Amino acid sequence: MYPPKFDYLRADSAANALELLAANPDAKVMAGGHSLIPAMNLRLADPGTIIDIGRVADFKFLSANDGYVGIGSGTTHAEVAASSDVPSALSEAAGLIGDPQVRNRGTVGGNIAHADPASDLPTVLVALDATISTVSGSGTRMIKAGDFFVDLFETALNDGELVAEISMNQDGANTGSAYAKLSNPASRYAMVGAAARVTVEGGVFTAVSVAVGGLTPKAQAAPSVGAALVGQAATADNIAAAAAAVQNDLGDDVMGDIHASADYRRQMATVFVKRALTKATERAG
Amino acid sequence: MKVSMTVNGKTYTRDVEPRMLLVHFLRDELGMTGTNIGCDTSQCGACTIHMNGMAVKSCTTLAVQADGATITTIEGLANGSELHPMQKAFWENHGLQCGYCTPGMIMAATKLVENNPNMTEAEIRHGLEGNICRCTGYENIVRSVKAAAAQMGGGD
Ligand SMILES: Cc1cc2nc3c(=O)[nH]c(=O)nc-3n(C[C@H](O)[C@H](O)[C@H](O)COP(=O)(O)OP(=O)(O)OC[C@H]3O[C@@H](n4cnc5c(N)ncnc54)[C@H](O)[C@@H]3O)c2cc1C
Ligand code: FES
Ligand code: FES
Repeated sequence: MYPPKFDYLRADSAANALELLAANPDAKVMAGGHSLIPAMNLRLADPGTIIDIGRVADFKFLSANDGYVGIGSGTTHAEVAASSDVPSALSEAAGLIGDPQVRNRGTVGGNIAHADPASDLPTVLVALDATISTVSGSGTRMIKAGDFFVDLFETALNDGELVAEISMNQDGANTGSAYAKLSNPASRYAMVGAAARVTVEGGVFTAVSVAVGGLTPKAQAAPSVGAALVGQAATADNIAAAAAAVQNDLGDDVMGDIHASADYRRQMATVFVKRALTKATERAG
Repeated sequence: MKVSMTVNGKTYTRDVEPRMLLVHFLRDELGMTGTNIGCDTSQCGACTIHMNGMAVKSCTTLAVQADGATITTIEGLANGSELHPMQKAFWENHGLQCGYCTPGMIMAATKLVENNPNMTEAEIRHGLEGNICRCTGYENIVRSVKAAAAQMGGGD
C-alpha cells in the first residue's frame, strides 16, 4: 500500500519547523510516522505537504531535575520505557505500546498530538497531572494534560503549534504509580487502560490520582476513585471498593466496537483500575 | 527526492517520490525481495529490517525518513555462506513452515537477543508481539529464538 502523494520538507530545528509551518499552513508534521503513515496508507489522512520533524534534536531529550522530569516530544516510546527517571506508570505504559518495532519509531509527542482514544500515554499523563509545553509562531504555552485532550482525535493544539516537551513530577517519597491495560490482541492498542499514582504514609492513602482511557473518547480523570481512597488504609479491600467508583466518572459515551462492547469495557474499567491501584500501592511501599 | 542509504554494507543513491515506503525502496529499487509485505496495517512485522541498529517496520517508514541511515535486511545477515546463528536456529528447530513471516521474525528476534540474551520465554513472546505467523503456532519460533540466544551468548 502506498500513501497518497505529498510534498516533503525536512526540518532541522524547532525554529525551522515553525518557519516551514508558517510558510505551509496546510502541512502536517511527521515525527515517527507511526500514526500518520498507517492513516495515509488507508487514505484516512491525505496531507498535501509533510514537514518531517523526526530529526529535530531540540525535541530529543529526557532529563530529571529536582523531582521533576522533562521529556522532549521527539523521544521514542522505547527510550521512555527504558528510563528510570520517569514515573513507573509512564515507563510501564510506554513499554506496552504496540510492539518493539513501533516503540523504536513512535514518539511521545506524536502519540499525544494524535490523541487516539485507544492510546496509552494520554491516560497516564492525565493521572500524573503532566504539563505539555508547546511552541508556535506566537510563543510558548503550558497546557495541563487534563485540558490538552479535548475529544476523539482532538487536542487543545492550535494550527501551527507543536508539542515541545512533556513534564511531570517524578514518583517521590512514599509514592508509586502504575499502568494496567486490556490490549487489543492484534494491535495492542488499549481497549481499556487505567493509570494510578498513590502516596501512602503510615499505611494510609494521602494522595490518589487515577485516570482511564481506551473506552472513552478521551483520557478521563477518575476523581471519584481518589475521593473514595484518600484517608483510608492501604488495603486490598479498600482498593477494590474504591475502584468501583470509577463508574461515576465514565460518563455517557463509553465506546464499544467489534473488539469489545461498551458494557464489557465499562466492567473492565473497574478491574483495570483495581490492578493499577494495587501495583501503584505496592510500589509506594 | 534524492536519498542515500547504506544497505547491507553498500551505499545506494536513488531519486524517489517522497511517498515511497522503505520496503518498496528495498524491494523495487534495490531488488532485495527478502523483506516481505504481509499487511496494510503495520501489524504483521513481515517487513522488519534493522535501521541504525534498531528493528523497524519498513512498511511504516518512508524511504526519505531513512535517508542517510544504515540498514540491514535479511539478505545481509549471513556472513557469506555462513548463516547467522538466528537463521541456523530457525532452520534446525523448524521455526518456519511457509516462510513468509520468517525474514521479519529473524530480524526482530536478532535484535531482541542482542538487547537481552537471557530472555525468559514470556519475554521472547512479548518481544515478538509485532510479528504475526499464520502457520507455526509460534512454538517452534520461540524454541528457535531460545536456541539462537544460547549460541549468541553476550550478543554480537
Ligand atoms: C501496529 C501499531 C500498534 C500501535 N499500538 C499502540 C498502542 O498499543 N498504544 C499506543 O498508545 N499507541 C500505539 N500505536 C501508535 C504509536 O504510539 C504511534 O507512534 C504514536 O501514536 C504516534 O507517534 P509518531 O511519532 O509516530 O507520530 P506521527 O505519526 O508522526 O504523527 C501523529 C500525529 O501527530 C502529529 N504530531 C507529531 N509530532 C507532533 C508534535 N511534536 N507536535 C504537534 N503535532 C505532532 C502529526 O502531525 C500527526 O497528526 C501503535 C501504532 C502501530 C503502527
Ligand atoms: S508489512 Fe505488515 S507490518 Fe509491515
Ligand atoms: S511460517 Fe508461514 S507465516 Fe509464519
